[in-house]
Amino acid sequence: MNQRPAANVLENDFLTIRHAILNVAAGLDRIDEGSDNATAKDDHRIQQIKNALAILAEPDLGRAERVQLAFSRPYEPGWNKK
Amino acid sequence: MDYIDPHIHMVSRITDDYERLARSGCVAISEPAFWAGFDRGSAEAFRDYFSQLIDFERSRAAQYGIQHFCWLCINAKEAENVTLSREVISLIPEFLDRPGVLGIGEIGLNKNTPNETTIFTEQVDFAASRDELILIHTPHLEDKYLGTRMILDVLTSDSRVKPERVLIDHVEEHTVKRVLDAGYWCGMTLYPITKCTPARAADIIERHGTERIMANSAGDWGPSDPTAVPKFIFELRRRGHSEATIRKIVYDNPIQFFSQSKRFDFTPRT
Repeated sequence: MNQRPAANVLENDFLTIRHAILNVAAGLDRIDEGSDNATAKDDHRIQQIKNALAILAEPDLGRAERVQLAFSRPYEPGWNKK
Repeated sequence: MDYIDPHIHMVSRITDDYERLARSGCVAISEPAFWAGFDRGSAEAFRDYFSQLIDFERSRAAQYGIQHFCWLCINAKEAENVTLSREVISLIPEFLDRPGVLGIGEIGLNKNTPNETTIFTEQVDFAASRDELILIHTPHLEDKYLGTRMILDVLTSDSRVKPERVLIDHVEEHTVKRVLDAGYWCGMTLYPITKCTPARAADIIERHGTERIMANSAGDWGPSDPTAVPKFIFELRRRGHSEATIRKIVYDNPIQFFSQSKRFDFTPRT
């Protein structure tokens, strides 16, 4: 349903994407500069962030869905049969 | 453009917000029963809350030309208290036939606990036994995917539940397809940080189409924007979508879903 030329989308969204990536970079710097950053590095959310960043570099569509899943608890089939 | 906000908690908003909604084209809203930001101590507090939804908010909205509809239930967070929840559920029949009450909602899960699941299942049973519409809250953030899957499992296990009479709310990129593929209606919530932005909601529309999908502000007492739906309309317009396409999502679809309730006495603006 998105029929817009990709070049137009890039033109419209480039600054928004740049803004978002800068916020991520600055946020990671803020954590690293914290006084007890070794503790934070063991937090499972840091690994979630790393996994999500790796997804951004993937070439396939559906990155937003996969990033969502990277920040999600997994589903256990049969949970209601226990 | 006239639009309907199918999920907004006006009890938490000031009267000026009704004026802002009216000025931005909102002609009707539906207000699910929800968590007030603190756990209420007794079922009697819910009796007052239901009266507030049915009488006071309907009257307050009407002063700004907005038609107000609502849903009744015990919300997922307070459902952790099973005893209180059952007392609240027992109150609902005395309010259910009042004008503007569309059904049971927003029921669902919050932290996906056994108690929440018990009360969710009991409220699905309550609604199904009366053939009422159901509006479902899916959990936030890291609990959303698991909770949505659990909710779908509960709904599927009750053969009386008709998917076309159920609206599953707060869908995002990782839950929308599964909900739509199962035949349910879905709602995208436009929040500043924790749910969909207008741009991401527009992406979801472009990927999944306009059937059985709506957009809402879920404006409440937390960080939220009651006029988020007009921003979504603007985003779709900016991308070149037709007025008919936009109108289907923000006006026609809510009317189509809500019209399944005999208490949806909506009058279009002439």
